[in-house]
Amino acid sequence: MVPLSAYVAVSAILFITGLLGVLIRRNFIIVLMAVEIMLNAANINLVAFSHYLESMAGQLVALFVIAIAAGEAAVGLAIIIVVFRGKVATNVDEMNLLKW
Amino acid sequence: MIAVFFAYFAVVSIVAAVLTVSLRNPVHCGLALLALLMHVSGLFVLLNAEFLWAVQVIVYAGAILVLYLFVLMLLNLKTDERYLHSSYLYFLGPAVAGAGYVLFLLIQSPYEGAKGNTPASVVLEHGDTYAVGIKMFSDHLLQFEIVGVFLLGAIIGAIVLAKTPKPMPKPMDGSERRSNR
Repeated sequence: MVPLSAYVAVSAILFITGLLGVLIRRNFIIVLMAVEIMLNAANINLVAFSHYLESMAGQLVALFVIAIAAGEAAVGLAIIIVVFRGKVATNVDEMNLLKW
Repeated sequence: MIAVFFAYFAVVSIVAAVLTVSLRNPVHCGLALLALLMHVSGLFVLLNAEFLWAVQVIVYAGAILVLYLFVLMLLNLKTDERYLHSSYLYFLGPAVAGAGYVLFLLIQSPYEGAKGNTPASVVLEHGDTYAVGIKMFSDHLLQFEIVGVFLLGAIIGAIVLAKTPKPMPKPMDGSERRSNR
């Protein structure tokens, strides 16, 4: 039997990896992919606790997280297309129009 | 046996996540993300969540990842020479140290809590899809409706954002406007 802490450890490692990806990558699309990694880590946590604490609510929240990830991907990629149309750059440190 | 499968899915998903954030070519990053999503869905099967396994494969690997690869190939991104942020070393050390500390705390935690009313035997009786459906359409109906409205808003927002903007109308004098009409 795999203990719950093993699932939580895998989820934590994946979350830290995704967070590092958001912080250190320059490509906007890879940053969005790293956000997907973090959402997946949260899903692993939710489903593992749902199984070990014998409640169904965790799996439902994981479903909602997947739906939100779909919406986030659609809107984020549309924003990338708009930025790319204006100036040919998809690096996050070249998008400084909103910076004060 | 379950431990062997868990070790395989866990190790491969962690390796795929590291490759996703560290590979140079964006298309390779997308393919590593595909491997990560498939192995996370394998973890869901080990946790008696077959419905979430199907949703993960269909929605994540089938829809979201194809959208990412489509945009990558539409924009025809070149591989950058300097693909990491300029000050990434400031983040790397504290992140690894913090992750080690968090893992140390997590391994020690007992994780005791109030048990719910659906143990594995109840889930296995009619299947996971049945249990998810009964729970979703009885207790969580409002959240389900909110997610539907949210997805509609996301679709409309994506279309409005990505639409090709109309060119600005040129100022015309009266005669041209009359002839155009």
